[in-house]
Amino acid sequence: MNHPYWVAFSAIVYKEVRRFTRIWMQTLLPPAITMVLYFIIFGNLIGSRIGTMDGYDYMQFIVPGLIMMTVITNSYGNVSSSFFSNKFQKSIEELMVAPVPNWVIMLGFVVGGVARGLACGFIVTLLSLWFTDLQVHNAFVTLSVILLTAVVFSTAGLINAIFATKFDDVTIVPTFILTPLTYLGGVFYSVSLLPDFWQWVSKLNPILYMVNTFRYGIIGHSDIPVLAAYGMLLMFVALLMSWALYLLHTGRGLRS
Amino acid sequence: MTKALEIHQLRKVYDNGFVALKGIDLSVEEGDFFALLGPNGAGKSTTLGIVSSLVNKGEGTVKVCGYDLVTEREAVKRSLGVVPQEFNFNSFEKVQDIVIQQAGYYGLKRKLAEARSETYLKQLDLWDKRDVPARMLSGGMKRRLMIARALVHEPRMLILDEPTAGVDIEIRRSMWAFLKRLNKQGTTIILTTHYLEEAESLCRNIAIIDNGEIVAQAPTKTLLKGKQRSTYVVDVRGTLTIAPELDGFSSRLLDEHSIEFDLSREQSLNEVFSQLEAKGLDVVSIRPKTNRLEELFVDLTTHSKQEAEA
Repeated sequence: MNHPYWVAFSAIVYKEVRRFTRIWMQTLLPPAITMVLYFIIFGNLIGSRIGTMDGYDYMQFIVPGLIMMTVITNSYGNVSSSFFSNKFQKSIEELMVAPVPNWVIMLGFVVGGVARGLACGFIVTLLSLWFTDLQVHNAFVTLSVILLTAVVFSTAGLINAIFATKFDDVTIVPTFILTPLTYLGGVFYSVSLLPDFWQWVSKLNPILYMVNTFRYGIIGHSDIPVLAAYGMLLMFVALLMSWALYLLHTGRGLRS
Repeated sequence: MTKALEIHQLRKVYDNGFVALKGIDLSVEEGDFFALLGPNGAGKSTTLGIVSSLVNKGEGTVKVCGYDLVTEREAVKRSLGVVPQEFNFNSFEKVQDIVIQQAGYYGLKRKLAEARSETYLKQLDLWDKRDVPARMLSGGMKRRLMIARALVHEPRMLILDEPTAGVDIEIRRSMWAFLKRLNKQGTTIILTTHYLEEAESLCRNIAIIDNGEIVAQAPTKTLLKGKQRSTYVVDVRGTLTIAPELDGFSSRLLDEHSIEFDLSREQSLNEVFSQLEAKGLDVVSIRPKTNRLEELFVDLTTHSKQEAEA
Protein backbone atom coordinates (compact mmCIF):
# COMPACT_ATOMS: atom_id res chain seq x y z
CA MET A 1 0.00 0.00 0.00
CA ASN A 2 1.91 3.02 -1.28
CA HIS A 3 -0.90 5.54 -1.68
CA PRO A 4 -0.04 8.76 0.19
CA TYR A 5 -3.42 8.72 1.94
CA TRP A 6 -2.77 5.21 3.23
CA VAL A 7 0.70 6.24 4.45
CA ALA A 8 -0.77 9.31 6.17
CA PHE A 9 -3.59 7.25 7.72
CA SER A 10 -1.07 4.67 8.99
CA ALA A 11 1.08 7.48 10.42
CA ILE A 12 -1.85 8.89 12.40
CA VAL A 13 -2.92 5.46 13.68
CA TYR A 14 0.67 4.55 14.58
CA LYS A 15 1.06 7.79 16.52
CA GLU A 16 -2.24 7.26 18.35
CA VAL A 17 -1.49 3.66 19.29
CA ARG A 18 2.03 4.57 20.38
CA ARG A 19 0.58 7.35 22.54
CA PHE A 20 -1.79 5.16 24.56
CA THR A 21 0.68 2.27 24.84
CA ARG A 22 3.44 4.64 26.01
CA ILE A 23 1.21 5.87 28.84
CA TRP A 24 -0.30 2.44 29.59
CA MET A 25 -0.42 3.21 33.31
CA GLN A 26 -2.99 5.91 32.53
CA THR A 27 -4.80 4.15 29.69
CA LEU A 28 -4.73 0.34 29.93
CA LEU A 29 -4.24 -0.33 33.63
CA PRO A 30 -7.07 1.73 35.23
CA PRO A 31 -9.95 0.00 33.37
CA ALA A 32 -8.46 -3.37 34.29
CA ILE A 33 -8.36 -2.47 37.99
CA THR A 34 -11.82 -0.87 37.95
CA MET A 35 -13.42 -3.85 36.25
CA VAL A 36 -11.79 -6.39 38.55
CA LEU A 37 -13.35 -4.46 41.44
CA TYR A 38 -16.74 -4.54 39.67
CA PHE A 39 -16.39 -8.31 39.15
CA ILE A 40 -15.53 -8.87 42.81
CA ILE A 41 -18.05 -6.49 44.38
CA PHE A 42 -21.03 -6.63 42.03
CA GLY A 43 -20.43 -10.04 40.51
CA ASN A 44 -19.22 -12.10 43.43
CA LEU A 45 -20.27 -10.39 46.66
CA ILE A 46 -23.59 -8.73 45.74
CA GLY A 47 -24.29 -11.00 42.75
CA SER A 48 -24.29 -14.12 44.90
CA ARG A 49 -27.22 -12.62 46.84
CA ILE A 50 -29.08 -11.49 43.72
CA GLY A 51 -29.03 -14.97 42.20
CA THR A 52 -30.08 -14.94 38.55
CA MET A 53 -31.11 -12.22 36.09
CA ASP A 54 -33.43 -13.29 33.25
CA GLY A 55 -32.38 -16.87 34.00
CA TYR A 56 -28.63 -16.20 33.86
CA ASP A 57 -26.10 -16.22 36.65
CA TYR A 58 -25.66 -12.53 37.68
CA MET A 59 -21.92 -12.53 36.97
CA GLN A 60 -22.60 -13.94 33.49
CA PHE A 61 -25.24 -11.28 32.97
CA ILE A 62 -23.10 -8.26 33.89
CA VAL A 63 -19.79 -9.26 32.24
CA PRO A 64 -20.88 -8.33 28.67
CA GLY A 65 -22.19 -4.98 29.94
CA LEU A 66 -18.97 -4.23 31.80
CA ILE A 67 -16.86 -5.09 28.76
CA MET A 68 -19.04 -2.80 26.67
CA MET A 69 -18.79 -0.04 29.29
CA THR A 70 -14.99 -0.31 29.12
CA VAL A 71 -14.98 -0.08 25.34
CA ILE A 72 -17.32 2.93 25.33
CA THR A 73 -15.44 5.01 27.89
CA ASN A 74 -11.98 4.22 26.53
CA SER A 75 -12.82 4.77 22.85
CA TYR A 76 -14.42 8.09 23.70
CA GLY A 77 -11.74 9.17 26.16
CA ASN A 78 -8.86 8.30 23.85
CA VAL A 79 -9.97 10.45 20.95
CA SER A 80 -11.33 13.34 22.99
CA SER A 81 -8.15 13.69 25.06
CA SER A 82 -5.69 12.99 22.25
CA PHE A 83 -7.28 15.33 19.71
CA PHE A 84 -7.74 18.07 22.29
CA SER A 85 -4.11 17.72 23.41
CA ASN A 86 -3.09 18.12 19.77
CA LYS A 87 -5.17 21.29 19.61
CA PHE A 88 -3.83 22.55 22.93
CA GLN A 89 -0.17 22.00 21.95
CA LYS A 90 -0.94 23.22 18.43
CA SER A 91 0.58 20.03 17.01
CA ILE A 92 -2.69 19.60 15.12
CA GLU A 93 -1.17 22.19 12.76
CA GLU A 94 1.24 19.47 11.59
CA LEU A 95 -1.78 17.77 10.04
CA MET A 96 -3.49 20.95 8.88
CA VAL A 97 -0.54 22.08 6.75
CA ALA A 98 -0.05 18.60 5.28
CA PRO A 99 -1.97 17.28 2.24
CA VAL A 100 -4.12 14.97 4.36
CA PRO A 101 -7.85 15.01 3.54
CA ASN A 102 -10.23 15.52 6.44
CA TRP A 103 -11.68 12.03 6.09
CA VAL A 104 -8.21 10.54 6.57
CA ILE A 105 -7.66 12.67 9.70
CA MET A 106 -11.05 11.59 11.05
CA LEU A 107 -10.50 7.90 10.31
CA GLY A 108 -6.98 7.99 11.74
CA PHE A 109 -8.14 9.33 15.10
CA VAL A 110 -11.25 7.11 15.14
CA VAL A 111 -9.20 3.98 14.48
CA GLY A 112 -6.80 5.05 17.25
CA GLY A 113 -9.79 5.31 19.62
CA VAL A 114 -11.16 1.97 18.45
CA ALA A 115 -7.75 0.37 19.04
CA ARG A 116 -7.65 1.57 22.65
CA GLY A 117 -11.30 0.67 23.25
CA LEU A 118 -10.78 -2.85 21.93
CA ALA A 119 -7.45 -3.27 23.74
CA CYS A 120 -9.10 -2.36 27.05
CA GLY A 121 -12.13 -4.55 26.19
CA PHE A 122 -9.81 -7.47 25.46
CA ILE A 123 -7.93 -7.03 28.77
CA VAL A 124 -11.22 -6.89 30.71
CA THR A 125 -12.51 -9.95 28.84
CA LEU A 126 -9.38 -11.90 29.79
CA LEU A 127 -9.76 -10.83 33.43
CA SER A 128 -13.45 -11.81 33.45
CA LEU A 129 -12.40 -15.39 32.68
CA TRP A 130 -11.15 -15.62 36.28
CA PHE A 131 -14.69 -14.97 37.47
CA THR A 132 -16.99 -16.66 34.96
CA ASP A 133 -17.02 -19.07 32.09
CA LEU A 134 -17.64 -16.95 28.98
CA GLN A 135 -19.30 -18.73 26.06
CA VAL A 136 -19.61 -16.83 22.79
CA HIS A 137 -23.13 -17.44 21.47
CA ASN A 138 -22.64 -15.56 18.18
CA ALA A 139 -19.11 -14.44 17.27
CA PHE A 140 -20.20 -12.23 14.37
CA VAL A 141 -22.68 -10.26 16.49
CA THR A 142 -20.19 -10.01 19.36
CA LEU A 143 -17.36 -8.65 17.22
CA SER A 144 -19.41 -6.46 14.89
CA VAL A 145 -21.35 -4.77 17.70
CA ILE A 146 -18.30 -4.02 19.78
CA LEU A 147 -16.49 -2.67 16.73
CA LEU A 148 -19.41 -0.46 15.67
CA THR A 149 -19.85 0.79 19.23
CA ALA A 150 -16.17 1.69 19.44
CA VAL A 151 -16.46 3.56 16.13
CA VAL A 152 -19.54 5.48 17.34
CA PHE A 153 -17.91 6.60 20.60
CA SER A 154 -14.53 7.36 19.06
CA THR A 155 -16.27 9.63 16.55
CA ALA A 156 -18.32 11.23 19.32
CA GLY A 157 -15.08 11.83 21.26
CA LEU A 158 -13.60 13.54 18.22
CA ILE A 159 -16.60 15.87 17.94
CA ASN A 160 -16.32 16.68 21.65
CA ALA A 161 -12.63 17.54 21.22
CA ILE A 162 -13.32 19.74 18.18
CA PHE A 163 -15.76 21.84 20.21
CA ALA A 164 -13.66 21.81 23.40
CA THR A 165 -11.79 24.98 24.25
CA LYS A 166 -10.41 23.87 27.63
CA PHE A 167 -9.61 20.58 29.36
CA ASP A 168 -12.84 20.77 31.42
CA ASP A 169 -14.81 20.54 28.18
CA VAL A 170 -13.53 17.06 27.42
CA THR A 171 -14.61 15.73 30.80
CA ILE A 172 -18.12 17.23 30.90
CA VAL A 173 -19.71 14.84 28.39
CA PRO A 174 -18.24 11.62 29.88
CA THR A 175 -19.15 12.68 33.42
CA PHE A 176 -22.61 14.11 32.92
CA ILE A 177 -23.91 12.23 29.87
CA LEU A 178 -21.93 9.09 29.10
CA THR A 179 -21.64 7.65 32.61
CA PRO A 180 -25.36 8.05 33.52
CA LEU A 181 -26.44 6.64 30.14
CA THR A 182 -24.10 3.67 30.56
CA TYR A 183 -25.28 2.89 34.09
CA LEU A 184 -28.91 3.21 32.94
CA GLY A 185 -28.18 1.23 29.78
CA GLY A 186 -28.88 -2.21 31.22
CA VAL A 187 -25.32 -3.03 32.28
CA PHE A 188 -26.39 -4.18 35.77
CA TYR A 189 -30.07 -5.08 35.25
CA SER A 190 -32.59 -6.23 32.72
CA VAL A 191 -34.95 -3.45 31.61
CA SER A 192 -37.78 -5.99 31.86
CA LEU A 193 -37.58 -5.39 35.64
CA LEU A 194 -38.67 -1.76 35.17
CA PRO A 195 -42.26 -0.47 35.05
CA ASP A 196 -43.61 0.01 31.49
CA PHE A 197 -43.02 3.79 31.46
CA TRP A 198 -39.35 3.49 32.50
CA GLN A 199 -38.88 0.64 30.03
CA TRP A 200 -40.10 3.02 27.32
CA VAL A 201 -37.77 5.78 28.57
CA SER A 202 -34.85 3.34 28.70
CA LYS A 203 -35.40 2.47 25.05
CA LEU A 204 -34.48 6.04 24.15
CA ASN A 205 -31.00 5.34 25.48
CA PRO A 206 -28.75 4.17 22.60
CA ILE A 207 -26.33 2.48 25.00
CA LEU A 208 -29.09 0.05 26.03
CA TYR A 209 -29.12 -1.29 22.44
CA MET A 210 -25.37 -1.70 22.31
CA VAL A 211 -25.11 -3.45 25.68
CA ASN A 212 -28.01 -5.79 24.96
CA THR A 213 -26.82 -6.71 21.48
CA PHE A 214 -23.34 -7.44 22.79
CA ARG A 215 -24.90 -9.50 25.58
CA TYR A 216 -26.88 -11.35 22.91
CA GLY A 217 -23.62 -12.14 21.08
CA ILE A 218 -22.12 -13.64 24.24
CA ILE A 219 -24.95 -15.29 26.20
CA GLY A 220 -27.72 -15.25 23.59
CA HIS A 221 -30.08 -12.97 25.54
CA SER A 222 -31.25 -9.44 24.69
CA ASP A 223 -34.04 -7.15 25.95
CA ILE A 224 -34.34 -5.48 22.55
CA PRO A 225 -34.42 -6.66 18.90
CA VAL A 226 -30.87 -7.17 17.61
CA LEU A 227 -31.66 -5.84 14.12
CA ALA A 228 -32.96 -2.57 15.58
CA ALA A 229 -29.63 -2.19 17.38
CA TYR A 230 -27.69 -2.62 14.14
CA GLY A 231 -29.91 -0.06 12.41
CA MET A 232 -29.35 2.41 15.20
CA LEU A 233 -25.61 1.82 15.34
CA LEU A 234 -25.20 2.30 11.59
CA MET A 235 -27.33 5.43 11.73
CA PHE A 236 -25.14 6.85 14.53
CA VAL A 237 -21.96 6.01 12.61
CA ALA A 238 -23.28 7.82 9.51
CA LEU A 239 -24.61 10.85 11.43
CA LEU A 240 -21.59 11.35 13.68
CA MET A 241 -19.04 10.86 10.90
CA SER A 242 -20.87 13.32 8.66
CA TRP A 243 -20.95 15.83 11.49
CA ALA A 244 -17.26 15.35 12.30
CA LEU A 245 -16.32 15.76 8.63
CA TYR A 246 -18.41 18.91 8.37
CA LEU A 247 -16.69 20.36 11.45
CA LEU A 248 -13.23 19.52 10.12
CA HIS A 249 -14.15 21.00 6.75
CA THR A 250 -15.29 24.29 8.26
CA GLY A 251 -12.24 24.33 10.56
CA ARG A 252 -14.40 24.69 13.66
CA GLY A 253 -12.14 25.16 16.69
CA LEU A 254 -9.08 24.78 14.46
CA ARG A 255 -8.96 27.65 11.98
CA SER A 256 -10.12 31.23 12.56
CA MET B 1 8.27 31.59 -15.15
CA THR B 2 5.79 30.32 -12.55
CA LYS B 3 5.40 32.53 -9.55
CA ALA B 4 6.07 30.88 -6.22
CA LEU B 5 3.32 32.94 -4.64
CA GLU B 6 0.63 35.08 -6.19
CA ILE B 7 -1.90 36.83 -3.99
CA HIS B 8 -4.60 38.95 -5.55
CA GLN B 9 -7.01 41.18 -3.64
CA LEU B 10 -6.84 39.03 -0.53
CA ARG B 11 -9.15 40.21 2.19
CA LYS B 12 -9.70 38.73 5.61
CA VAL B 13 -12.28 39.69 8.18
CA TYR B 14 -12.24 37.70 11.43
CA ASP B 15 -15.46 36.63 13.15
CA ASN B 16 -15.13 39.49 15.64
CA GLY B 17 -15.26 41.96 12.74
CA PHE B 18 -11.54 42.82 12.74
CA VAL B 19 -10.35 43.49 9.19
CA ALA B 20 -6.90 41.89 9.10
CA LEU B 21 -6.28 42.19 5.37
CA LYS B 22 -7.80 44.89 3.17
CA GLY B 23 -7.38 43.35 -0.28
CA ILE B 24 -3.63 42.86 -0.61
CA ASP B 25 -1.67 41.96 -3.76
CA LEU B 26 1.63 40.16 -3.41
CA SER B 27 3.86 38.39 -5.86
CA VAL B 28 6.96 36.30 -5.16
CA GLU B 29 9.15 34.84 -7.92
CA GLU B 30 10.22 31.21 -7.78
CA GLY B 31 13.70 30.98 -6.22
CA ASP B 32 13.37 34.31 -4.43
CA PHE B 33 14.42 35.08 -0.87
CA PHE B 34 11.58 37.31 0.23
CA ALA B 35 10.74 39.14 3.46
CA LEU B 36 7.30 40.18 4.58
CA LEU B 37 7.76 42.88 7.18
CA GLY B 38 5.37 44.82 9.31
CA PRO B 39 4.62 45.83 12.89
CA ASN B 40 2.71 43.51 15.23
CA GLY B 41 -0.88 43.05 14.11
CA ALA B 42 -0.16 44.35 10.59
CA GLY B 43 -1.40 41.19 8.87
CA LYS B 44 1.82 39.20 8.28
CA SER B 45 0.81 36.09 10.20
CA THR B 46 -2.72 36.21 8.79
CA THR B 47 -1.33 36.31 5.25
CA LEU B 48 1.07 33.43 5.85
CA GLY B 49 -1.61 31.58 7.86
CA ILE B 50 -3.97 31.70 4.88
CA VAL B 51 -1.25 30.51 2.49
CA SER B 52 -0.43 27.64 4.90
CA SER B 53 -4.10 26.62 5.35
CA LEU B 54 -4.00 27.48 9.05
CA VAL B 55 -6.39 30.42 8.66
CA ASN B 56 -9.61 30.38 6.62
CA LYS B 57 -9.29 32.41 3.45
CA GLY B 58 -11.52 35.42 2.85
CA GLU B 59 -12.14 37.04 -0.54
CA GLY B 60 -9.45 37.06 -3.21
CA THR B 61 -7.20 34.46 -4.79
CA VAL B 62 -4.01 32.76 -3.61
CA LYS B 63 -1.79 30.67 -5.85
CA VAL B 64 1.26 28.73 -4.70
CA CYS B 65 3.64 27.49 -7.41
CA GLY B 66 0.78 27.92 -9.88
CA TYR B 67 -1.75 25.92 -7.83
CA ASP B 68 -4.94 27.55 -6.61
CA LEU B 69 -5.39 27.41 -2.85
CA VAL B 70 -9.10 26.62 -3.08
CA THR B 71 -9.33 24.21 -6.01
CA GLU B 72 -5.88 22.58 -5.73
CA ARG B 73 -5.27 22.72 -1.99
CA GLU B 74 -3.39 19.41 -1.76
CA ALA B 75 -0.93 20.46 -4.48
CA VAL B 76 -0.46 23.77 -2.65
CA LYS B 77 0.28 21.93 0.58
CA ARG B 78 2.79 19.61 -1.12
CA SER B 79 4.62 22.65 -2.50
CA LEU B 80 4.93 24.29 0.91
CA GLY B 81 6.96 23.83 4.06
CA VAL B 82 5.80 25.85 7.05
CA VAL B 83 7.79 26.95 10.08
CA PRO B 84 5.39 28.78 12.40
CA GLN B 85 6.22 31.37 15.00
CA GLU B 86 5.18 29.26 17.99
CA PHE B 87 6.45 25.75 18.75
CA ASN B 88 3.76 23.41 17.50
CA PHE B 89 5.02 19.88 18.03
CA ASN B 90 4.24 17.31 20.67
CA SER B 91 6.98 18.08 23.14
CA PHE B 92 6.85 14.55 24.59
CA GLU B 93 7.84 13.01 21.25
CA LYS B 94 11.45 12.37 20.34
CA VAL B 95 13.14 14.68 17.85
CA GLN B 96 13.48 12.18 14.99
CA ASP B 97 10.00 10.75 15.58
CA ILE B 98 8.52 14.23 15.07
CA VAL B 99 10.23 14.59 11.69
CA ILE B 100 9.38 11.04 10.56
CA GLN B 101 5.77 11.49 11.66
CA GLN B 102 5.46 14.63 9.55
CA ALA B 103 6.97 12.82 6.57
CA GLY B 104 4.21 10.22 6.96
CA TYR B 105 1.56 12.93 6.67
CA TYR B 106 3.08 13.86 3.32
CA GLY B 107 2.85 10.23 2.17
CA LEU B 108 6.58 9.41 2.49
CA LYS B 109 7.17 5.78 3.32
CA ARG B 110 9.05 4.92 6.50
CA LYS B 111 12.47 4.15 4.95
CA LEU B 112 12.53 7.35 2.92
CA ALA B 113 11.25 9.30 5.92
CA GLU B 114 14.08 7.93 8.08
CA ALA B 115 16.70 8.81 5.45
CA ARG B 116 15.34 12.34 4.95
CA SER B 117 15.05 12.96 8.68
CA GLU B 118 18.70 11.96 9.07
CA THR B 119 19.76 14.30 6.24
CA TYR B 120 18.00 17.37 7.63
CA LEU B 121 18.70 16.71 11.30
CA LYS B 122 22.39 16.43 10.42
CA GLN B 123 22.31 19.61 8.33
CA LEU B 124 20.69 21.45 11.22
CA ASP B 125 23.06 20.00 13.85
CA LEU B 126 20.34 18.05 15.63
CA TRP B 127 21.37 14.49 14.78
CA ASP B 128 22.96 13.98 18.20
CA LYS B 129 19.63 14.91 19.77
CA ARG B 130 17.50 12.56 17.63
CA ASP B 131 16.43 10.38 20.57
CA VAL B 132 15.82 13.25 22.97
CA PRO B 133 12.22 14.31 23.75
CA ALA B 134 11.59 17.69 22.11
CA ARG B 135 10.81 19.36 25.43
CA MET B 136 14.46 18.88 26.46
CA LEU B 137 15.76 21.02 23.57
CA SER B 138 16.83 24.66 23.87
CA GLY B 139 14.80 27.37 22.09
CA GLY B 140 17.23 27.51 19.17
CA MET B 141 17.16 23.74 18.76
CA LYS B 142 13.37 23.72 18.78
CA ARG B 143 13.36 26.29 15.96
CA ARG B 144 15.80 24.16 13.96
CA LEU B 145 13.67 21.09 14.61
CA MET B 146 10.69 22.90 13.06
CA ILE B 147 12.82 23.76 10.02
CA ALA B 148 13.90 20.11 9.62
CA ARG B 149 10.27 19.02 9.94
CA ALA B 150 9.15 21.56 7.33
CA LEU B 151 11.80 20.37 4.86
CA VAL B 152 11.32 16.63 5.18
CA HIS B 153 9.03 16.48 2.11
CA GLU B 154 11.42 18.79 0.20
CA PRO B 155 8.99 21.61 -0.63
CA ARG B 156 9.50 24.15 -3.41
CA MET B 157 8.73 27.00 -1.05
CA LEU B 158 9.54 27.44 2.63
CA ILE B 159 7.60 29.87 4.82
CA LEU B 160 9.24 30.96 8.06
CA ASP B 161 7.38 33.10 10.55
CA GLU B 162 9.94 34.79 12.83
CA PRO B 163 12.46 31.92 12.48
CA THR B 164 15.17 33.48 14.63
CA ALA B 165 13.03 34.96 17.41
CA GLY B 166 14.71 34.32 20.74
CA VAL B 167 17.74 32.66 19.16
CA ASP B 168 21.28 33.70 20.16
CA ILE B 169 23.52 35.44 17.64
CA GLU B 170 25.74 32.45 16.86
CA ILE B 171 22.85 30.13 16.10
CA ARG B 172 21.04 32.91 14.22
CA ARG B 173 24.03 33.29 11.91
CA SER B 174 24.29 29.54 11.35
CA MET B 175 20.57 29.47 10.51
CA TRP B 176 21.09 32.31 8.02
CA ALA B 177 23.90 30.36 6.38
CA PHE B 178 21.67 27.28 6.17
CA LEU B 179 18.78 29.24 4.67
CA LYS B 180 21.09 30.90 2.13
CA ARG B 181 22.36 27.46 1.05
CA LEU B 182 18.82 26.17 0.77
CA ASN B 183 17.80 29.15 -1.33
CA LYS B 184 20.82 28.67 -3.60
CA GLN B 185 19.64 25.10 -4.21
CA GLY B 186 16.39 26.54 -5.58
CA THR B 187 13.96 26.65 -2.65
CA THR B 188 11.92 29.83 -2.53
CA ILE B 189 12.01 31.31 0.96
CA ILE B 190 9.53 33.72 2.47
CA LEU B 191 10.14 34.95 5.97
CA THR B 192 8.78 37.42 8.42
CA THR B 193 11.14 38.87 10.97
CA HIS B 194 11.51 41.65 13.46
CA TYR B 195 15.28 41.70 12.92
CA LEU B 196 15.44 44.08 9.97
CA GLU B 197 19.15 43.46 9.68
CA GLU B 198 18.18 39.86 8.91
CA ALA B 199 15.84 40.89 6.10
CA GLU B 200 18.38 43.36 4.69
CA SER B 201 21.21 40.85 4.58
CA LEU B 202 19.22 37.79 3.44
CA CYS B 203 16.35 38.92 1.26
CA ARG B 204 16.44 40.09 -2.33
CA ASN B 205 12.88 41.38 -2.23
CA ILE B 206 10.81 42.90 0.51
CA ALA B 207 7.17 43.78 1.10
CA ILE B 208 6.09 45.92 4.00
CA ILE B 209 2.59 45.40 5.29
CA ASP B 210 0.87 47.73 7.69
CA ASN B 211 -2.66 47.92 8.93
CA GLY B 212 -3.76 45.16 6.50
CA GLU B 213 -2.29 46.86 3.42
CA ILE B 214 0.94 46.44 1.47
CA VAL B 215 2.66 49.82 1.76
CA ALA B 216 5.79 48.90 -0.22
CA GLN B 217 7.00 46.00 -2.33
CA ALA B 218 10.27 46.12 -4.25
CA PRO B 219 13.79 44.71 -4.40
CA THR B 220 15.61 45.43 -1.15
CA LYS B 221 18.22 47.57 -2.92
CA THR B 222 15.59 49.69 -4.68
CA LEU B 223 13.72 50.26 -1.46
CA LEU B 224 16.84 51.39 0.30
CA LYS B 225 17.89 53.63 -2.60
CA GLY B 226 14.49 55.31 -2.44
CA LYS B 227 15.03 56.25 1.16
CA GLN B 228 14.85 60.05 1.38
CA ARG B 229 16.76 60.63 4.59
CA SER B 230 19.19 58.88 6.93
CA THR B 231 20.33 59.70 10.42
CA TYR B 232 24.00 59.42 11.40
CA VAL B 233 25.78 59.63 14.74
CA VAL B 234 29.16 61.34 14.92
CA ASP B 235 31.58 60.95 17.84
CA VAL B 236 34.01 63.85 18.28
CA ARG B 237 37.14 64.41 20.31
CA GLY B 238 36.67 67.00 23.02
CA THR B 239 33.61 68.02 24.98
CA LEU B 240 30.39 69.46 23.58
CA THR B 241 27.82 71.44 25.53
CA ILE B 242 25.48 72.26 22.68
CA ALA B 243 24.96 70.78 19.22
CA PRO B 244 27.08 72.62 16.65
CA GLU B 245 25.04 74.50 14.08
CA LEU B 246 25.56 72.89 10.69
CA ASP B 247 24.39 74.79 7.65
CA GLY B 248 21.71 72.80 5.82
CA PHE B 249 21.64 69.98 8.37
CA SER B 250 19.52 69.43 11.40
CA SER B 251 21.79 68.29 14.25
CA ARG B 252 21.10 67.28 17.85
CA LEU B 253 23.35 66.76 20.85
CA LEU B 254 23.30 63.19 22.17
CA ASP B 255 25.94 63.48 24.89
CA GLU B 256 29.10 65.50 25.48
CA HIS B 257 30.98 63.58 22.78
CA SER B 258 28.26 62.76 20.25
CA ILE B 259 25.82 64.47 17.94
CA GLU B 260 23.34 63.13 15.45
CA PHE B 261 22.24 64.74 12.19
CA ASP B 262 19.91 64.00 9.29
CA LEU B 263 21.24 63.60 5.78
CA SER B 264 19.01 63.81 2.73
CA ARG B 265 19.74 61.94 -0.53
CA GLU B 266 21.02 65.13 -2.18
CA GLN B 267 23.48 65.91 0.58
CA SER B 268 26.98 64.50 1.10
CA LEU B 269 28.79 63.39 4.24
CA ASN B 270 31.80 65.41 3.03
CA GLU B 271 29.81 68.60 3.63
CA VAL B 272 29.27 67.57 7.24
CA PHE B 273 32.92 66.74 7.76
CA SER B 274 33.99 70.10 6.23
CA GLN B 275 31.66 72.07 8.49
CA LEU B 276 32.72 70.15 11.60
CA GLU B 277 36.37 70.66 10.71
CA ALA B 278 35.76 74.38 10.19
CA LYS B 279 34.31 74.49 13.70
CA GLY B 280 37.46 72.84 15.03
CA LEU B 281 35.81 69.53 15.83
CA ASP B 282 37.81 66.37 15.31
CA VAL B 283 35.63 63.46 14.10
CA VAL B 284 36.56 60.16 15.76
CA SER B 285 33.89 57.93 14.24
CA ILE B 286 30.63 58.00 12.32
CA ARG B 287 27.86 55.40 12.04
CA PRO B 288 24.25 55.15 10.86
CA LYS B 289 21.94 55.67 13.83
CA THR B 290 19.80 52.62 12.97
CA ASN B 291 19.72 49.96 10.36
CA ARG B 292 18.77 51.57 7.03
CA LEU B 293 15.86 49.23 6.52
CA GLU B 294 14.65 49.94 10.01
CA GLU B 295 14.45 53.65 9.22
CA LEU B 296 12.57 52.97 6.01
CA PHE B 297 10.24 50.61 7.85
CA VAL B 298 9.47 53.24 10.49
CA ASP B 299 8.97 55.92 7.78
CA LEU B 300 6.53 53.77 5.82
CA THR B 301 4.53 52.37 8.70
CA THR B 302 4.28 55.75 10.43
CA HIS B 303 3.13 57.34 7.18
CA SER B 304 0.52 54.63 6.69
CA LYS B 305 -0.73 55.11 10.27
CA GLN B 306 -1.03 58.86 9.77
CA GLU B 307 -3.01 58.32 6.56
CA ALA B 308 -5.32 55.87 8.33
CA GLU B 309 -5.93 58.35 11.15
CA ALA B 310 -6.60 61.16 8.69
